Formats: sequence, structure tokens, C-alpha cells
Amino acid sequence: MELLDASLVNWSRGQFALTAMYHWIFVPLTLGLGIVMAIMESVYYKTGKEEWKRATKFWMTLFGVNFAMGVATGIILEFQFGTNWSNYSWFVGDIFGAPLAIEGMLAFFMEATFISIMFFGWKKVSKGFHLASTWLVVLGATLSALWILVANAWMQYPTGMEFNPDTTRNEMIDFWSILLSPVAINKFLHTVYSGWVLGALFTVGVSSWYLIRKREVDFALKSIKIGSIFGVVASILIIATGDGSAYHVAQKQPMKLAVMEGLYEGEEGANIVAMGLLNPDKRYDNDEETFIVKMDVPVPKLLSLLGYRDADAFVPGIKDIINGYTLSDGTVVPSFADRQASGTLAINALKEYKLAKEAGNDSLAAEHLVVLRANYNNFGYGYLEKPEDLIPNVPLVFYAFHFMVALGMLFLLIFSLAWFFHWKKKLESQKWLLWTALLSIPLGYLATQLGWVVAEVGRQPWTIQDILPVQAAVSSVSTGSVQLTFFLFLALFTALLIAEIRIMMKQIQKGPEDH
Amino acid sequence: MFKKLYLFYKEGFSNMTVGKTLWMIALIKLFIMFGILKVFFFPNQLKTNYDNDRDRSEHVIKQLIDRSDKEIVNQN
Repeated sequence: MELLDASLVNWSRGQFALTAMYHWIFVPLTLGLGIVMAIMESVYYKTGKEEWKRATKFWMTLFGVNFAMGVATGIILEFQFGTNWSNYSWFVGDIFGAPLAIEGMLAFFMEATFISIMFFGWKKVSKGFHLASTWLVVLGATLSALWILVANAWMQYPTGMEFNPDTTRNEMIDFWSILLSPVAINKFLHTVYSGWVLGALFTVGVSSWYLIRKREVDFALKSIKIGSIFGVVASILIIATGDGSAYHVAQKQPMKLAVMEGLYEGEEGANIVAMGLLNPDKRYDNDEETFIVKMDVPVPKLLSLLGYRDADAFVPGIKDIINGYTLSDGTVVPSFADRQASGTLAINALKEYKLAKEAGNDSLAAEHLVVLRANYNNFGYGYLEKPEDLIPNVPLVFYAFHFMVALGMLFLLIFSLAWFFHWKKKLESQKWLLWTALLSIPLGYLATQLGWVVAEVGRQPWTIQDILPVQAAVSSVSTGSVQLTFFLFLALFTALLIAEIRIMMKQIQKGPEDH
Repeated sequence: MFKKLYLFYKEGFSNMTVGKTLWMIALIKLFIMFGILKVFFFPNQLKTNYDNDRDRSEHVIKQLIDRSDKEIVNQN
């Protein structure tokens, strides 16, 4: 028996979350602002009008500031895999390694090559080649995100692999099913669109500041035109892929869906909660009311419809997932206790397999391997002790999800109004809208962070869904060392963020330059 | 060809304004990450402590088996 300090697991998780969240401050703006500047340069290429070149160069400078501050911040996550999550790192083997290696190659060669042409090549290369370089920088950044998100999606929905007990690794047997898994595709699109929304919001918000100050009016109006149209398109796309996310979560991670909606008791024809205040005394095994106050979305049975494409489908609640349930199509989903027993069988079979192998008894090893394979999809349940271990933090996920959706709706409204008033040529006089757009920039960052909270806290306790919980994945290192590096990262990233904000604000104060 | 490339970068870097500050910050950041954090705080546990993949595999499998029979304690 190993004594594992619970605070080690929590600090390791906290350190990873801190790093990932800081990294995610920089990435979405790169993805979104990249598209904005590339669209503007495309307009310049088509019209030849210098004001579009001037606008492109201004947003490109801010893109450069953000890119320089954010570059390589994600590498720290890879350091942590090797140090703090070594069991996990070994266990996932080439499945996680291959996408990350491809990401590294793409990020380095594509972005590094074309970003220098983008910044240095204005007077050195043709307009067409420069425009192509700008789009290739954006494409490179987006493809980098693809590989990271493929790896993340695999953790949420492991597929295309087979566990090899001789190497203790999950080995890739189908690269395409990992790359093209519906969860990966949807996650990639939803995440990239969230970056687009932030980029659009940043463009509209900063441009609104110029209008409030009555500076650079023509530039600001042009930028708002691009930003608001792009924002509306990105918002519609994010709603569409959000629907896809809900569907996949319902199929692959029903506990996450139940927690997102605060659904303890399953229902046929379940509604979606618009807003609610959770009862802090509610537990899965008591009869307390779930909500102190609750308001449903006024479209009945929407959760069943979105989750299962059937308005009358049964949506399991937290209690059902613990106790086992039967889906509308007759599929029986086993209880926590059954899956725990199955997981324990799998782990014991692994142990016996190793012993039989060491003893040179191949036929006995083969018998244990059959048991291991038959129960492998519940392997991680063998590490959980009680039903509560299976339930993520309900208030955190519930509120994060609902605030994220509410903010998304607010942004769509801001983009639509900005577009409308720009079209009516009345935008400059709408001070309330300009201030709302400006003050919404930090809310854009908040929304993208909340999205990750839903995705990652909502899948606890798993590092790999159903296969490996966090307490089995973490390395046996001292909690003190994790705490030390947590605060080192906090200091480093906070310094970077302050530097980014200061340099950005200086550039914005300066405004677009004439070249 | 190489001369043109060299001049392209040389001119590009020398004409930078805010870019010089950004490069300086990026280089300091990379030094802190790779020269300090990676070296002193983030050794690869399995590569550092075990000589070959077989030993690494044995270690991980032992951890996976032991932790199923674990007791999580809170030392705080």
C-alpha cells in the first residue's frame, strides 16, 4: 500500500491549471486577432487603399506583442508531464507524444518562417506573397491548436489505442480515429471559434476606445466593421459547435453534462436551466432541493433534444450515474459499484499477468490478459473508493457553464448592435455601446477561461476518461517542490501578463502609425 | 541567396521598435524556462531515475498496482 498525500494531487492539479489558464490568456487572442489582421490585409490587397494597410499594421503590432509574450508558455505544461505527471505521461505513450511532436514541428517551422516575412517583409516581398505569409502564420497557429486539442480530446474520449501490459503503455493502433474523433473535431472548432470571438471583441473594444476619445475615427470605424461582422459569424459558429459539444458530452461524459446542469435526478424530456442558485446542502444521496432559485430556458425538453437528438430522451442525473440506469434505447449503464468492481478486476488482472509473465507461465498470463482486456474500459474505477469520488465540483462547473453561455450571448448582442449602428452610421453617438464593448474585453477572456473550467473540472476525477484518475496519474514527488514551482510560475506568468498589458496599452495609446 | 536572407533579417531586426523589447522579454522568458525551471525544477522523473524503458515500465506498473490499494491521507 502506498500512502499518497492528497495535497500533492491537489497542488499538482492546481499547478497544471494555473499554467494552462495563463497559457490560454495568450493563445485565443493570437487565433482571433490573427484572422482580423489577415482579413484587413486581404482588403488592402484587393483595394490597394493605404488606410487598410495602416489598420493591418496596427493590429499586427498588437498581435506581435501577444504572440511574443505567449510563445512557449505552453512548453511548461510539457515540463510538468515529465515531472509531476510521469505515470500519466508514460501510460499514454505515443498517443499524446505524437500530436505534441507534430505541434512542435508545425509551430516552429510554419510560424517561425512566415512570421518574420509578415513583420519584416512589407517592403521586401510582393503584396501577394506578404498576404500569403500572414494567412500562413494564422494557419500555423491554428494547426498548432489542432494537435494540442486532439491530445486533449483523446483524454476526454480515449479511442484508437490498445493497452499493452508489457510496456504499461496505451499504444496507438488507429491514428485517424484519434485525429478524426468527433470529440476532437468539435473541441478543435469550438475552441478556435472562442479565440475568434475574443479577437473580434478585442478589435471592437479597442476601436470603441478610439471612438470614445474621438481619435482615429475612420480607422476605428473600419476596424469595428470588420470586427463586428467577424464577431457575429464567430458567435454563430460557436453556438453551433457548442451544440455539438453538448451532444458529445451527453454521449461520452454524462456525469459532466449532469454537473453542468445541476441535474441530480434523471428525467425524460429534461429542460435546460437558464439560471439558478444551487443549494449548498444538496448531495447526491440526500433529498434536499437542488436549487434555491431556478429558471428554465423557455423551450421545453431542450436538454434531451440537444443531448440525445430526441425531445423525450432520458437524461441521467448524478444519482442515476452512481446507481446505474437504462437509456431510452434500452442500453443498460452499470452503476458505480459495478464499474468499481470491474476496474478492480482489471487492475488485479494486470498484477497477476505480470506475476505470471515473471514466472514464465504464458498460458496463465494469457488468461489474465483476457480478464484485463474485458474490464479495461473501467480500469480507472478501481482507484476510486466511494461514489463521491466520481462527482466533479458541482457549483464550480454549473456556474462556469452558465456564465460562459450568458457571456457568449452578451457578445453576440454587442457585435450585432455594433454592426447595426455602424451600418446606420450612428455608432459614434452610441456611447453606452462603445463603453460596453470596451469593458467587455476582460469578459471575453473570462468566458474562454470558464470554457476550460467546464471542460477540465467537469471531467474530474479523470486524466483519461474512465481509465486513469488523477491520483493514479500523479508522480511521487514532494508536495513542497510542487508548491514552490506553483508560486514561481505564478510570479513569472503574472510578470509576463503585466508586461503584455503595459506594452499593449502603450501601443494603443500611440495608435496606428503612418508608414 | 544566404546573403539576401541574412540582410533581410539584419535589416528587419535593426528597424524594429517595440519588437526589440519583445525579443528581450521573450529571450529572458526562454532563459528562465529552459535554463532555470527545466534544469533545476523539472527533471523528467522516469528518465532521470531509470536507465531504460523496461525499468520505467516496471516502475509505472508498480505504481498503478500499488495505488489501487492505497490510502489517501491529508497531511495538511
